[in-house]
Amino acid sequence: MASAEIVAEAAGTASKLRIQHLGKVFERDGEAVSALEDINFDVSAGEFICIVGPSGCGKSTLLNVLAGFLSSTSGSVTIDGEAVSGPDPRRIMVFQERGVFPWLTVEGNIAFGLSKLPRAEREERVAHYVQTVRLQGFENAYPSDLSGGMKQRLQVARALAVNPDILYLDEPFGALDSITRVIMRGELLRIWQSERRTILFVTHDIDEAVQLADRVVVLSSRPARIKDILTIDIPHPRNISSPRYLQLRDELLKQIGLAYEI
Amino acid sequence: MKLPFWLRPVLFIAVLLAVWQVAIDRHPGQLLPAPTGVALGILDLIRHGLLLKYVVASLFRVTWGFGLAALTAIPLGLMLGWYRRGEMAFYPLVQVFRPISPLAWIPIAILWFGVGDLAAIFLIFVGCFFPLLLTAMSAVHNIPAVYINAGRNFGLSSSAFVSRVLYPAVVPQLLTGLRITLGIAWLVVVAAEMIAVSSGLGFLIVDARNAGNRYDLVVAGMVMIGVIGLLLDLVMRSLERVRSFHWSTSEG
Repeated sequence: MASAEIVAEAAGTASKLRIQHLGKVFERDGEAVSALEDINFDVSAGEFICIVGPSGCGKSTLLNVLAGFLSSTSGSVTIDGEAVSGPDPRRIMVFQERGVFPWLTVEGNIAFGLSKLPRAEREERVAHYVQTVRLQGFENAYPSDLSGGMKQRLQVARALAVNPDILYLDEPFGALDSITRVIMRGELLRIWQSERRTILFVTHDIDEAVQLADRVVVLSSRPARIKDILTIDIPHPRNISSPRYLQLRDELLKQIGLAYEI
Repeated sequence: MKLPFWLRPVLFIAVLLAVWQVAIDRHPGQLLPAPTGVALGILDLIRHGLLLKYVVASLFRVTWGFGLAALTAIPLGLMLGWYRRGEMAFYPLVQVFRPISPLAWIPIAILWFGVGDLAAIFLIFVGCFFPLLLTAMSAVHNIPAVYINAGRNFGLSSSAFVSRVLYPAVVPQLLTGLRITLGIAWLVVVAAEMIAVSSGLGFLIVDARNAGNRYDLVVAGMVMIGVIGLLLDLVMRSLERVRSFHWSTSEG
């Protein structure tokens, strides 16, 4: 790993996102609670990374630090060599629930980050992303009229509309029913393949991780440390009953400390 | 049979009025004027041009007192709600002032502003200020963190953040607070007019009693206060139904 990094830097193809010795300590009732400890990994441009770990382990904390909503207590996060100091429209977070603004229509939500664009360009962009997430016919609907899956698609559209280079998704399908979740995975892959953004996707769903990711970062329980980084070397579309898929899935379950049988 | 939604309450009120009328007819006395007497009283007021004059006078005071309170308490409350340190400094003071009835301010109001509109407006202002301040503060606290983070993520300037995230996020709660507070303002104006001025519906009630025990006019004044209170509430409710105002955090 170390030698590969040196080679990459020498060749001038440094990674998109670099996390070095990242730590986060919360102050709770006067006591210091460590949430993240010595997190190190690099993400290259266009890569799809899933972050999995037991619930409450600090996956979301990690994402919030990367996105600049929380500050780190030690270590560093750099994007294109530049340290992250706060939220930035170049990297958009998609939240699990309530992420869309209920006082704006579908169009209003998608246009939220586009107020600096000239009107014609803004309308074009909105129309394009309404298409991308297949919300045609709902342009003037309010979020309260949309299903859970549609709201999440709307959030993805609002994020993509500002043309970010990184998308952070914090268990975006966690609140959806299992059928919608599978459909949404397919939609996200389709969008990722056509738009080619770097994606960091937090989930507690092992199958979701193996179906979506190029690499899966496995975190330990609190305080979160990196247990392993697994490369999912199956090309898309992935056959979810292939031996390799099942092997990787088992490997992940084992990493998380779950038995093979219930 | 399906009745129109407004017919049921109207019928109910008609029945109550009939019972009231029959009861007074059977036991005439000094307890209460009959509905017919009250209706004649209202007609009397209209004929003398007093009704419109008094209603306008009362609404004028409410508009100013309530409006000034909304213009000061809401921005201050939003600010205190946002900056928790400011709130910590302010909160005990608010809690000391809040339980003081606006009516307790009457002597001070007259001392400062004399007998007149200003005193009444001041009393309404005092009565509305603290409820609105607390509404605005709690509205900010109740904004889901997700909206704040999403807003920050898109790189808004502070003023854009206030107008495009903070303000729309608090509007539903503010409207409810404004509706309840307008009710308070309407209560306070009547009390204020009984003491601090010589016009308005509150003055009408006291004046009708003092000037010859005209209880038909007293009740007429009460009825008008009730009807206008209802209309004010209906106006505020229709605002709450505006689509981009009305959303609840549960359906976000």
